[in-house]
Amino acid sequence: MTADIEIRNVNKHFGAMSVLEDLSLSIKAREFIVFLGPSGCGKSTLLRMIAGLETVDSGEIAINRERIDHLPPGKRGIAMVFQSYALYPHMTVRDNMAFGLENIGMSREVIDARINEAARILEMPHLLERKPGQLSGGQRQRVAIGRAIVKEPKAFLFDEPLSNLDAALRTRTRLELAQLHQRLQSTMIFVTHDQVEAMTLADRIVVMNNRRIEQIGSPMEIYERPATKFVAGFVGAPAMNFIDATLDRSSGNATARFSDGISVRTAISSDLLADDKYSFGIRSEDVRIVPPGQGNADGVVDVLERLGERTLIYIRLGDGQQIVGSDVGNSRVAVGHKVGLAFDGQKSHLFSAAGRAWHAREA
Amino acid sequence: MADRLTMPRTAMATVSVRAPSVDIYAPQWRNFVFVAPFLFFFTTLLIFPLLWGMWLSFHKADTFSSGDFVGLGNYVRLFHDKVFLQSVWNTFYFVLLTVPTLALIGLFLALCLNRRTRTAAVLRTLFFSSSVLSVTIVTLIWRIVFIPNVGLLSTIYGWFGATAPAFISDPSLAMIGIAIATVWWCIGLPMMLFLSALQQIPQDVYEAAALDNANRWQTLRSITLPSIKRTFILVIIIQIVLQFQLFGQAWLMTRGGPNNLTKPIVLYIYDTAFRRWDLGMGAAASEVLFILILIAAMAQYLVTRNKADQT
Repeated sequence: MTADIEIRNVNKHFGAMSVLEDLSLSIKAREFIVFLGPSGCGKSTLLRMIAGLETVDSGEIAINRERIDHLPPGKRGIAMVFQSYALYPHMTVRDNMAFGLENIGMSREVIDARINEAARILEMPHLLERKPGQLSGGQRQRVAIGRAIVKEPKAFLFDEPLSNLDAALRTRTRLELAQLHQRLQSTMIFVTHDQVEAMTLADRIVVMNNRRIEQIGSPMEIYERPATKFVAGFVGAPAMNFIDATLDRSSGNATARFSDGISVRTAISSDLLADDKYSFGIRSEDVRIVPPGQGNADGVVDVLERLGERTLIYIRLGDGQQIVGSDVGNSRVAVGHKVGLAFDGQKSHLFSAAGRAWHAREA
Repeated sequence: MADRLTMPRTAMATVSVRAPSVDIYAPQWRNFVFVAPFLFFFTTLLIFPLLWGMWLSFHKADTFSSGDFVGLGNYVRLFHDKVFLQSVWNTFYFVLLTVPTLALIGLFLALCLNRRTRTAAVLRTLFFSSSVLSVTIVTLIWRIVFIPNVGLLSTIYGWFGATAPAFISDPSLAMIGIAIATVWWCIGLPMMLFLSALQQIPQDVYEAAALDNANRWQTLRSITLPSIKRTFILVIIIQIVLQFQLFGQAWLMTRGGPNNLTKPIVLYIYDTAFRRWDLGMGAAASEVLFILILIAAMAQYLVTRNKADQT
């Protein structure tokens, strides 16, 4: 069972504080959507409004073109996995999974069949008679997912379900969630502030900030063509480099000039750009380390971060600004070295004062 | 260079071997000083009277002398005394009347008032406020309510041309009258214990239940009540221990009457020891009460000990 979800002009206030403003979003059936954003951006509130755990002040939410925002949570045909798992502590795993089905009067045979099938999918038949207190964090997580699966919902909602797991288990569970989505082919909405989870799981990411949607797009669209300066800075680790620049729009493509005379020729058409003052943005992997004098600029190495497959190099420019560049894993650069920086203008971005982004034309 | 690096390491190793490690949790005699004041009062005010009471219960004693050793004589007399047996029955009847009522009304109030509204906060304070009154005030209030002809109850019944039940003088109603006053007086503690237990149930468990299609009744039966089961047992046991010690209400409202029907064990002890000056038999009755309360307290210990299977 799967469903498309339509959110139209939704608003939400807590007292005098506005949490979501005129938000609209269409989610296609079988899609894995991730709401990504910093704490307090409204992503969990939006998820809880879809679940029916928060009221909608104005606007509509529809599942399969049927309006559901006035229905109680249990009547919406959705299942939710909570950050804290929210298992019933006094019930066994089997009873936890059966509770929702018993409440709608389903027959014992069907309930047992569904529980056994979910336990098989999640490889936890041996846990069925245990209580949540006897399970590890990862096992509780599985039970929470199992409790959602047995309902055969129209859509699965996940509210930061991996944040209580340790790093190794988080990576494994992430992979399992991706496999589960492929297997069940259900609509899934996943809330996180972790961009790696968003990038790896999502068909489409909804980046939210400050009560609004900043951008909706595939992970690579979000990464390569961020719609705003916020998205560019929020997605990607390390964050994109931003340098204040004046534009030279005399030729077809704009050239960005920085305060200490450095200039980089971008692949962004001058015709698109009206102002002279922009923020020049470039990701660390598009800043190569070259011998001094051979790149666009020279600087001194402040800090090195060796990640194994690559080395992140934090370089102080002549005017005091810090730029993060990237080199091979076994880079010979050391702290205090003078190095050259080669900016890949083809992959650079420009951001207006209002935060709007411009990129090179798509190939 | 190599020597300079290795030398200090050797020195450090030597030091670490010589220096004894300090166990900060090791018991030390000087710590006794800190518990000595408590131990002094605990021994003189609790242990000593307890043992003396036991000793007295095996002796024929009055206020002027502790006389001959009589063995179980006081206990034999006690269990042949119809008034004592009546007082044991009265106490059990009172516990049976008050404890389930306190637990159920306390739970009901807690369920109703477990919300973050101003009204709920005011009502919580109001229901708890009776607990801070002294027994004298409580019984005074309820005497005013129950007093025949001019009492509040009589007045209200009078409006409808009916006669109010005689809660103080009717043999079948007197204990119920004391129980009503007691429930009104003591309801604050069970309500607060239930409230604190209810507030410890995570909100997201209720949200999960809402998503699981549970209606109010299913949520109460399957989520709330199992979650506060331990508190429910705790309230029952605390109240059993407390209500076994009924004295003030019975003494001030009915003086144990009519015909000893509201005389609890503590009042019997008071009468025997301090009005009839039969200290030995009074002590024996105290020991019987002590054992009854001990059984309830042990039950509390056993219930709270097995916390592990709660999570």
